[in-house]
Amino acid sequence: MDDRTRLLDKYSARVYKNRKEHIISLEEDASNQSITANTRTIPGVMTARGCCYAGCKGVVVGPLKDVCIITHGPIGCGYYSWGTRRNKAKADEESGNKNFIPYCLSTDMQESDIVFGGEKKLEKAIEEAMDIFDPKCIMICSTCPIGLIGDDVQAVARRTEAKYGIKAIGYSCEGYKGVSQSSGHHIANNGLMKYIIGTGDKKPTAKYSVNILGEYNIGGDGWEQERILKRIGYDVVSVFTGDGSYETMKNAHLADLNLVMCHRSINYIAEMMQTKYGTDWLKVNFIGIGATCKSLRDMAKYFDDPELTKRTEEVIEDELAAIYDDLEYFKTKLKGKTAGIFVGGSRAHHYQMLLRDFGVETIVAGYEFAHRDDYEGREVIPTIKEDADNKNIETISVEADAALFKKKYSDEKLEELKKEMELDAYAGMIPDMKKGYVVVDDYNHFETEQIIKTMKPDIFFSGIKDKYAIQKDGVTSRQMHSYDYSGPYAGFKGAVQFGHDVTMSLYTNAWALVTPPWKKTPMLQGTLTGGEK
Amino acid sequence: MRQVAIYGKGGIGKSTTTQNLTAGLASMGKQIMIVGCDPKADSTRLVLGGLAQKTVLDTLREEGDDIELDAVMKTGFGNIRGVESGGPEPGVGCAGRGIITSINLLERLGAYTDDLDYVFYDVLGDVVCGGFAMPIREGKAQEIYIVCSGEMMALYAANNIAKGISKYATSGGVRLGGLICNSRKVDREAELVEAVAKELGTQMIHFVPRDNAVQRAEINKKTVIDYSPDEPQADEYRELARKIDGNDMFVIPKPMSIDRLEAILMEYGILD
Repeated sequence: MDDRTRLLDKYSARVYKNRKEHIISLEEDASNQSITANTRTIPGVMTARGCCYAGCKGVVVGPLKDVCIITHGPIGCGYYSWGTRRNKAKADEESGNKNFIPYCLSTDMQESDIVFGGEKKLEKAIEEAMDIFDPKCIMICSTCPIGLIGDDVQAVARRTEAKYGIKAIGYSCEGYKGVSQSSGHHIANNGLMKYIIGTGDKKPTAKYSVNILGEYNIGGDGWEQERILKRIGYDVVSVFTGDGSYETMKNAHLADLNLVMCHRSINYIAEMMQTKYGTDWLKVNFIGIGATCKSLRDMAKYFDDPELTKRTEEVIEDELAAIYDDLEYFKTKLKGKTAGIFVGGSRAHHYQMLLRDFGVETIVAGYEFAHRDDYEGREVIPTIKEDADNKNIETISVEADAALFKKKYSDEKLEELKKEMELDAYAGMIPDMKKGYVVVDDYNHFETEQIIKTMKPDIFFSGIKDKYAIQKDGVTSRQMHSYDYSGPYAGFKGAVQFGHDVTMSLYTNAWALVTPPWKKTPMLQGTLTGGEK
Repeated sequence: MRQVAIYGKGGIGKSTTTQNLTAGLASMGKQIMIVGCDPKADSTRLVLGGLAQKTVLDTLREEGDDIELDAVMKTGFGNIRGVESGGPEPGVGCAGRGIITSINLLERLGAYTDDLDYVFYDVLGDVVCGGFAMPIREGKAQEIYIVCSGEMMALYAANNIAKGISKYATSGGVRLGGLICNSRKVDREAELVEAVAKELGTQMIHFVPRDNAVQRAEINKKTVIDYSPDEPQADEYRELARKIDGNDMFVIPKPMSIDRLEAILMEYGILD
């Protein structure tokens, strides 16, 4: 029985029929293998997925530091999305010295607000936010009941703009929309594209400028990337959205190139900016030493400037020299270990590269909310069948902006570049995995336990929902959503921090040293009846 | 205590019928409470002599839930107690949730006293969502009457409501007590409604003829029995009250397919 068969073995016929499409065991040439993703989770299985509101508020717009984000709904959604994601932010001059990240703003809808409608309460909340924080931008994120009672958050946003002369965006990101948080990413992308990007006119200062898309500055990852990029001489115009701001996002269209980190959560903006402004996007990965070097070199190649290339190599050399000893030490500790990674819609791919730097192979991996293109590459997009769930999510189309559209290169030159790098393209996670490795989409608690038992990875990277169950099984577990309160893990210095944390966890795996009572004494006692005593 | 819910197509005369019927029951000496489950809050106008009532939800909103029962319950003709749930203005909020909130509050305030013989729920329109089905959930109304006429859309709505009832009937104890025909003077009306009732497995419990006495009483904010007790129409309502008080036919309705309903309409609805 192979690993995949063992994972599926216990399922009833109905569940088996569904799950078998979401789990694949990679063949030597995986290019013909297809996975089912972005479909409804089977009711009853303990999925690790989140909701549409989590994707919109929690992931994409939440990290914007100078925006007052109001969760319109009962208090729970606001409370549980407050400060749980470790998207760090610092007030700075660019964002008007504003940083609202420590706050949680919610309308705290009560029963009578549900019955009589919540728009008035929302407007009151906006008034309070204006009085206390005086933001330049307010965003309203709707929770489930708002969609049911039909509060018109877009109309409230328009009234807010008229009344206070600020930017206001209403998001209909009710939790029940779509099949996972992925729908919320899309809704958030649409809003940022429609209302913010392109409204500023502050030109970049350096010769080469970039935006980092899909970087949420968890544990300071974005800061580490910015540090390296600035060392080389790039101007980072805006980051979507870690430590990001409304003020910088307005000017995003004036950057030369978009770097895409988390493909799933931000690819809509990358694509739309290309259509509207002609900005190319480059799939980068700053998680992993090899991956970071490659991303930096791809960027240099894209700009094709000997001076920039030279500077890039200098910085890489210097950064590598600074971490050499630490890296070698942690390699000796980690080489030959195996891992499982289940997180996000890009991280499960990115972290495989970092682990490989330490000699750790990821034998099983998957995403919570990715689509097929995140697994198999963007070339499968035309073959993805739309279903009722994705049709429910608004798709906006943009046209080339007559005044601002500017292509950097001719089509021929772009074709040349595309041969060398993932330019306006993403090949997905699967090509970076090996024969016999297992890919699981929308993993659940039962499958996690099975993986631990049958595939026996040394370390399992996922989130808080399953961390302790895994640890109590004696397997080291680290949270890849919050980095277990550590980080940054990006770039060169981050890689060392990661090596340090993983080594620490693996070599102090306390749970593995405990023999629980149920392994020593029987939990059930009884006598057989009906036969001999 | 018999708890009765009145459903039917919008504008069919549910509130008028409920109040005239309860006036009839009151004159038989019954103790009655009417709970209006309509945001328009006009279910107790005739027994209380006008829209004097402050709704449960308005009171809740303005004064919080630390309120006394008399703040929301008034007594009118024949000692009938009237309560209006109320609800949001059209187009905002959730009226269905309002009904749930309001009935829960009434229970907490002790509105359901042992001396009551009847509680009537006068429910807005069709069973449009879970909130409007609140009165027929477990432990609430056990019997339902559907007000209809011989008009196509009224019977269509009646069939739909029967579907809702059969859903709740299988999980709870609610039963259909019959159709009340509030005449619109269409062709062979009584026969048609009787045929539909039979198909649903129930009865047409009474045929209330159309009479301008109802209109005159309503303009004077009164029920017919109160305003003009000697009119023949007052006797019709007394008769309806007597039939409901003595009713022992409670069924789980068998809603029909649209084709079947249309076939019945073809059979009875066209005079030849």
